[in-house]
Amino acid sequence: MPLNRAFIGREYSFDKPFEVGRELIRHFALAIGDANPIYHDIDAAKAAGHRDLVAPPTFLTTLGFRRGGGPVGDPDLGLDYSLVVHGEQKFVLHRPVYAGDALTGRTTVTDIRDVGRNEAMVTETAVIAADGEQVATVTMTMISRGSAAPKEA
Amino acid sequence: MSVSYDDVEVGTEIAAQTYGVTRGQLVQYAGASGDFNIIHWNERFAKAVGLPDVIAHGMFTMATAGRLLTDWAGDPAAVVEYGVRFSSMVPVPDNGTGTTLTVSGKVEDKLDGNRVAVVLTARCGEAKVLSQARAVVQLS
Repeated sequence: MPLNRAFIGREYSFDKPFEVGRELIRHFALAIGDANPIYHDIDAAKAAGHRDLVAPPTFLTTLGFRRGGGPVGDPDLGLDYSLVVHGEQKFVLHRPVYAGDALTGRTTVTDIRDVGRNEAMVTETAVIAADGEQVATVTMTMISRGSAAPKEA
Repeated sequence: MSVSYDDVEVGTEIAAQTYGVTRGQLVQYAGASGDFNIIHWNERFAKAVGLPDVIAHGMFTMATAGRLLTDWAGDPAAVVEYGVRFSSMVPVPDNGTGTTLTVSGKVEDKLDGNRVAVVLTARCGEAKVLSQARAVVQLS
């Protein structure tokens, strides 16, 4: 079944802060096999000029999974998650993500379109720090396999 | 290891590194990221939905390829933009050793403010698993 195109332009906010802890950064770095001391050792991070441990460049992917909600969780979208594969992903980091950050955000569905027999859904998330500064822009394209409406012959 | 802006030219290569991927790492990554999609840890289910085997999280592949960038730059905060397209799956067999990703990079452009654009190549065997993998790295 095709995705509900009325979702294009919809916005979802998450206002309850996602608290980035040192142990979550260490856990994520360990899981990607990265022993870089700037992820693990507060003294090394400070020696490199940082106020706290730095999160790896792809760390913000955890927000969506741990926070939930958003368009994917909305039954009116008509998305069967078992048909979803990840198409594209991009992070623009306006500043590093640090341990101690309390992040909120706003996700916008920017596009839903047919790609052959599949559909692509693009979301853009603005990630915002407690002081209102935008920390990052995260763009994600999900592919919904085989859900495009049949084409006229 | 770190690199400065004046040390690099368009075409400067970042030497290939290989990274092992095991089932155990995928379980760890699932826990750390919160992505518990069953296709990343249950072979029976993965095969039932037509996949060749348990497959790695796309974001695990992206993170692993990103290690080439952060090791090259020295400071992981130097990676200010990073985007990829997932072009092929990474099957991870339960054979005791898993599989291997080979990642290399090349400086594609020198930008203002001591930034460089880097293009990455990531392969699993013959398959190119990322395409249009590009990053902007802030060098000193």
